[in-house]
Amino acid sequence: MEPVLLRARGVPGSRSIATYLAAGGYEGWKRALGLGPDAVVKEVLDSELRGRGGAGFPTGRKWSFVPKDHPGPRYLVCNADESEPGTFKDREIIEHDPHQVIEGIAIASFAIKANTAYIYIRGEFVRWATILEEAIGEARAKGLLGTNVLGSGFDLDIWVHRGAGAYICGEETALIESLEGKRGFPRLKPPFPAVVGVFGKPTVVNNVETLACVPHIMTRGAAWFASIGRPRNTGPKLFCVSGHVNRPGVYELPLGVTFREIIEEHCGGVRGGRKLKAFFPGGSSAPVMTADEVDVKADFDACAEAQTMLGSGGVIVLDDSVDMVAVADNIAHFYAHESCGQCTPCREGSDWCADILDRMAAGHGRASDPDTLLRICRFSSEGMTICPLGDAYALPLSSMVNKFRAEFERRIADATPLPQKRLPVLPWTGPRPGFGI
Amino acid sequence: MTTRPLVVATQETTSDVKFDKTMEDRIADVLRRYPTTRAALLPVLWLCQERFGWISPGVISAVAERLGESAAFVEGVVSFYTMYYTSPPARYVLQVCTTLSCSVCGGRELVDHLTAKLGIGFGEKTPDGSFQLVGVQCLGACGNAPVIQINDDYYEDLTPKKLDAVLDDLKGRR
Ligand code: FES
Repeated sequence: MEPVLLRARGVPGSRSIATYLAAGGYEGWKRALGLGPDAVVKEVLDSELRGRGGAGFPTGRKWSFVPKDHPGPRYLVCNADESEPGTFKDREIIEHDPHQVIEGIAIASFAIKANTAYIYIRGEFVRWATILEEAIGEARAKGLLGTNVLGSGFDLDIWVHRGAGAYICGEETALIESLEGKRGFPRLKPPFPAVVGVFGKPTVVNNVETLACVPHIMTRGAAWFASIGRPRNTGPKLFCVSGHVNRPGVYELPLGVTFREIIEEHCGGVRGGRKLKAFFPGGSSAPVMTADEVDVKADFDACAEAQTMLGSGGVIVLDDSVDMVAVADNIAHFYAHESCGQCTPCREGSDWCADILDRMAAGHGRASDPDTLLRICRFSSEGMTICPLGDAYALPLSSMVNKFRAEFERRIADATPLPQKRLPVLPWTGPRPGFGI
Repeated sequence: MTTRPLVVATQETTSDVKFDKTMEDRIADVLRRYPTTRAALLPVLWLCQERFGWISPGVISAVAERLGESAAFVEGVVSFYTMYYTSPPARYVLQVCTTLSCSVCGGRELVDHLTAKLGIGFGEKTPDGSFQLVGVQCLGACGNAPVIQINDDYYEDLTPKKLDAVLDDLKGRR
């Protein structure tokens, strides 16, 4: 496939507006301004573009939920919080082609009639926040942003807003709370952000990669975009491959390639000639897949059919040297650290899982542990929490226990049981006590 | 890449914090971007961290007063996020990614190397105040694992040897 989103990668001076304009940049923005908001929404609906941040919700539909009769203001927010373990695509887009994102933001803002847009970028991305600010400055100087853009009567300001270190702020309502200057506590929905979003106003939150697709849809048309991939799973997608492969990195491929093609052809196979053991198809929040499932198609619907998810497209590859108990332990600690703490099943459950897995990893597992893990996970997923972080730890952990149960059991059988009374009986939320000491 | 050292905390940061003209101008520039004053909180805390080195109790009260919030509210926000320093940091904060891709691609070895070389564990500083070791979650650069962020900069595809060169260079620059 010819590169679309990554076409500027490797081009000298790709970040400057001159290079971008020379490659036909901002033509989509001009076309959008001529078409009017409704036609822009229609074009994006027809392209069947689905959100690239994780949920895969149709972008055009998200835009159309903004109430038409609202007096405003409305806001567009670009989600550049990129924190899902295994995901590093937004950074790649910004590094090589920031104007693509700015143009996408401009078109999306126009489509929902927002005159202010914010880019919420994770606090660690200082370099990429600066790149975006420079790009905004360049676009403004050319009259592509600001008041009365290109004589259209449309005003648009874009501001970069840095987060400060919190995975949860990638969840759109937590992001909104954080943008308002508060702790990143996800909100109960409804109302959805399209109706009551940032500062209480209608808001659309779109991922960087989603917005980067929009200028291409405007210049090359919805039919062109929909011709890539397969029905309902259209367009190019960035796959971030990390872990045990020969050539990790960001690959732009049509939706619907198989994970085998991604891992074997594009990434040169598993490192050191070892065998594939397992992989996470869409960041560590997606249920794990075994080597037998490598022929599943990498798109939204095929992953859902295989009871996992494409998520953000972060493929984490694990070879046969890894110990699944250690992997589960590592993941559990991530979510235990990142749970915002509002909902009991998530706050306590993730910590509890981490404690149990620590214990197993230290060789003190108990026969009941796998089922205990599954039970904790069941009570933390499928609607038991305000936001999907409950699912985000529960689904991968339970999938690991289910698919690699023999390995968990072997670990327990080999273990030296601790005297019963020395084990903590309650979930422990304080500093790690150190088991058995 | 030239990683800038962090500001070394001075007396004013721990007690009575006043914002000078430059700071006030920068705060005003932030405020005009948002319809509410509260929304400026995170950006203003960033400005303060850059200026004073860390978010001391004195900074918290000054920010609270400037933005019309209670100190308790500001402190609540500060403590929610991991990147605001609530105690004076070392000049170079080594933020080692401990998440999955890094941990299976050499991250553990880096940590072992660092702890042995610097003689400190997670959360600790070297006695001369040069380095501080912090374990962090996925930095969004997993394809180039293992990754360490030092102050604002990313160092990727590291090996113990490459890391030694980086640390020696930073130390030499003090
Ligand atoms: S796992 Fe280390 S940067 Fe993502």
